[in-house]
This record gives sequence, C-alpha cells and structure tokens, in this order.
Amino acid sequence: MSSSTAPLLKQPGREWPGYSLPVEEPLRLDSGIDLGPFTIAYQTYGTLNPEHSNAILICHALTGDQYVADPHPITGHAGWWTTLVGPGGVLDTERYFLICANVLGGCMGTTGPKDIDPATGEPWALSFPVITIRDMVRAQKLLIEHLGIEQLFSVIGGSMGGMQVLQWASSYPEAVYTAVPIAASARHSAQNIAFHEVGRQAIMADPDWCGGRYLSLGRNPSRGLAVARMAAHITYLSEAALHRKFGRNLQDRNAVTYGFDADFQVESYLRHQGSTFVDRFDANSYLYITRAMDYFDLAAEHGGSLPAAFAGPQPRFCAISFTSDWLFPTSESRSLVHALNAVAANVSFVEIETDKGHDAFLLQEPELFATLRGFLTGCAEHRGITRFWS
Amino acid sequence: MSRGATLRLAMTAAQQTKVVASSPDELRRDLRLIADMIEPGGRVLDIGCGDGALLAYLAREKGVDARGMELSQSGVNACVRHGLSVIQGDADRDLEAFPVGAFDVAVLSQTLQATREPRHVLETLIRIGKRAIVSFPNFGFWRIRLSLLWRGRMPVSELLNNPWYDTPNIHLCTIRDFVALCDEIGVHIERSLTLDRHGRPFALNPRGGLANLLAEQAVFVLSGTTKQTER
Repeated sequence: MSSSTAPLLKQPGREWPGYSLPVEEPLRLDSGIDLGPFTIAYQTYGTLNPEHSNAILICHALTGDQYVADPHPITGHAGWWTTLVGPGGVLDTERYFLICANVLGGCMGTTGPKDIDPATGEPWALSFPVITIRDMVRAQKLLIEHLGIEQLFSVIGGSMGGMQVLQWASSYPEAVYTAVPIAASARHSAQNIAFHEVGRQAIMADPDWCGGRYLSLGRNPSRGLAVARMAAHITYLSEAALHRKFGRNLQDRNAVTYGFDADFQVESYLRHQGSTFVDRFDANSYLYITRAMDYFDLAAEHGGSLPAAFAGPQPRFCAISFTSDWLFPTSESRSLVHALNAVAANVSFVEIETDKGHDAFLLQEPELFATLRGFLTGCAEHRGITRFWS
Repeated sequence: MSRGATLRLAMTAAQQTKVVASSPDELRRDLRLIADMIEPGGRVLDIGCGDGALLAYLAREKGVDARGMELSQSGVNACVRHGLSVIQGDADRDLEAFPVGAFDVAVLSQTLQATREPRHVLETLIRIGKRAIVSFPNFGFWRIRLSLLWRGRMPVSELLNNPWYDTPNIHLCTIRDFVALCDEIGVHIERSLTLDRHGRPFALNPRGGLANLLAEQAVFVLSGTTKQTER
C-alpha cells in the first residue's frame, strides 16, 4: 500500500495473520451498549491509488472471514473468493484496493464472544453484547475512515455480506459509489430465522456448551456446532445440486447396513462439513452472528418502508440472485429492486440460472463473474479508475 | 435497402440478444429513429431493451442516463456485462414501483404487443415517463390483411415471424386500435411516425385509413394529458 495517510499496522505477533485496528473509543451498539475498546482484524489486496478512489470493501458471509484470497490460517484451504481476486481478475488487484474485515462478533481476530472481557479477565461468552448488521457496518466505517478513504468505490458481498452492503448504502450512501448485494435480502425471512434457531438450539443443547462458558471450562460444544452447520449447509444447496452430486449413492459400501452409520454419500458429506467447521469456528460467535442476521430488517428501521431506507443520492446498484437459491430467493432481490426503483436509484439486476443454490456466489459461476466484471469495469471507467500497470 | 437490413428490422423484442452495437451505423433502423426523437442528457428507460443496443447508443452519443428493463436473462446479462444499467423484469410486473415522472422518456419498442395488459402498461408508461415512445407492428398492414383473407391462416410476416402457437405477441393491434386506446385513456399523441415494409418512415395521419393500410409498423411519441397526470 502506497499511501502515507493510511498507517497500517502489521502485527506479526498476533494470533492471526493480517492487519488489525485497535479501536479505543467505545462504539455505541444498536442494543444501547457501548462496546470498547475492541479490535477489527482485516486483510487488504492491491494498492490504494493516490486519489483514494479505488477501494472495494468485501463483506463476508456468516461463516466467512477476512481471508478472501489467502490460505485460511487454520484449515489451510484457499480463500473463499480466491477465484475472483488477483491481477486481471474480476476483483482486479492492479485496479482496485480490496479490503475485507472480520465482522464484529466474529472469531477470526475482530472482537467477539470468545475474546477476553477486560472487565472480568474471562472470555466474554454470553456477556458479549448482541450485535446487529448495522453494528458490523459501523465498525467497518471506522476502519474505512482509518484507512483514509472517504468514499468506497464499491461495497460487495453475498448473503450476510449482501445485508452489510445494503446497510452501507442505507447508512452511508455518500461513502459508497457502487453497491453489489449478491444473493441477499433487505430482511431476514421467517423461514431463515427458523433455520437459524434450529442451529442455535443444537449448540445450546450440547452439554459441552455449558451456558456459553465452555472456553473458561476447557470444553467445546463441537457436536452441537457441527449439527448447526449440517442443518445450515443443506439450506445453502439445492435439491437439484444434492441430487447431481450425491443422488442416493452409498458411501464406500454396496448395500445399506441397516444401522445409523453414514450409509449415504450425502450423510457422509454433511458429517464432514460439520466436523471440519468446528475446527475453525466458535460456537458462541455462531449464535451472535446468526442473531445479527435475524434482526436485520432495513425497512423496519425506516417506519416499515424499504424505499425510505434508500433516501438521498444513492450509489449505483447491481443486485444479483440465483434461480435455485431458496434461502435468499430471487423474489427477495426483486423486492429490493422495486424499492430502489421507487427512489429512481440507478440499479442493475441480474438473476443467474444455476442449480447450485445459495452457495452459488462462492462457487465457479462464469455468469456471476462476467456480470461482476462488466458492472465494475463500467463503473470504474465512469469513476476514472484505471489499472496501475496497463 | 438490402434484404439483410429488412430482416434486422424484422426482429422482435424477444429475439434481440446480439452483441451491443458498437457504432451508430449498426443500430437497428427503427431504434435509430427512436434515438433521434430523444433529447440529449435526459434520463431514459428502455423497456424490453434486448441486448442494450439503444441504451448503449443513447449513453454514448447523447450523454443520456440510460437504463433498461429486459425479460430474457441472456439480454440482461449481456447489458450488465457491457456496463449498462439494466434490470431483469417485465413491463407488466416491474414498472409499478417507479415514481411519477421518474424518466424523461420511457421507451417501449416492439414490446407492447407482448404484454399481458397493454392498456395498463401504456398508462404506466405515461405515469413514470414525462414522455413515452412506443413502437409496434401494425396488424392492419395490407400484407397481413391479405394473408388472412386469401390464405385463411394466421399471418406470419417478417416483423411477426412466429407461428400462432409459439408467439410472444399475444395482444396485436392495428394503428387505429392503438390510437383509439390512446383516446380512451386520455393519452396525448405528440407525434407519430409510420414505417413502410423497408423500415423507411413516411408521414401519414395515424388516424387515417391509409396509414393503417400501408404502414408495417408505427412509432408514437406520447405524453400524459391533464386527466393522466392528475391520477
């Protein structure tokens, strides 16, 4: 990064690789509680241009983190949007300065329930304040200001990341040039709240959860968290994708065993998803972040009117949905688009045909890549953002 | 005019998914006529924008804040890939949300006949646009009349080139029908242009029988009357 106005603290001694911003001033949360001091952990890619006009904030989803295009420090897996990031990529690091911060309440370096409460010297656990999508965005705004960026070229995110995108556009429209909510919604549906509740109950039913105090007691509700992940993972896929990948195929056997072992490949796959998830995610973080999504209702913040949430000069929007996504279906994106139409915002809306379900935004989806590239490039030209070495 | 040019004219809205035209010469002739009716610098919504050829032209040549709506996924994606502001949607369902006078011009080119409720769509166009430009194939065109009269079969022309069982064009009308509808809902016809079967414009009174017989398609510039804007 070339700018001298944006001091970036590389802290090699920290638990996780990357940057972190310590915030001393308490942050007033939606719950009315002041949180602070706290830390925001983040990654950057590319270089901020002298005009500070080429920054893109990437907002991660529920179980994502700031390692967009780095190997994950725990699992070693490639970053969740590695396919998009790089020189000449859709998120071109020779054109844009990419920022991704771990959300407030997360467990990858940004302050969350597994961190130590300075008041007690113990992990916060359930004494951590309940946070909201708006609180996450408030924290991100502090980071952006710290980096010396007045206006982001774009805020991009899928699923919960898309909720943050919408919150940015609503709370700080002047600080956002383009907004790209992918597979998102302006409110969490009753069905989605219901799925989250199943996940939370699975965690809380695990005897190792211990009322949330498992870290102090040296335990880990990994079975509960794994079940939560398994249930949620089903909602990220589609029936067609499950059928295509697994069908009724058996796992390493020729016949059913008349027992409760993982006879079917789909069972084995889900168990694997559950067991690997618990290695990298904190159970209480899962409770807090799912709660933040449940509370998200942009219209409710504005007297029940979604168009009212987008008052004033709005960024250029590009909303994207997927045909087989039943968790954040196209109808949710369409309602959003109608609200944006009502305020005559400049909005593009693309529904992409795929059988990959909600997870499509994380997968190799050429139509998604082409759409994003076209939209961003068009807007970058409009904004006068050029490549560094073209 | 070459047959190729005539065939380009013959494309219906549902088929307009080619690459975005890169020069004014490549713009379809009826779209060029529409473009010439649009003032520079305004805000325009092109409903049924296909591959965005008109939008791209308006943005580039006239500095227009050009936005589009298109039903086909391939059309929308092509537009957005080319940096145009286009939403996936259809005229019947997705125009309601726009506020009164949101656009200087709302364009509905070769699409009215494919809507479920043309009357409502027309009313909506006049509400959300200070002006509306509507073009449609004329079912009163002599060749279509002859086709039905002599062959006794549903007409299939260059402009309406789908068989009856497989056509998006469910609400065909003649120029006279259209004018009558405008009168009925109090839409003011500011200007009209009739085109012959080669896409060449000729000036005939749209209320006259000759226009209804000789024009293969028509382009109307409409605006709301007092009755409209009060609603």
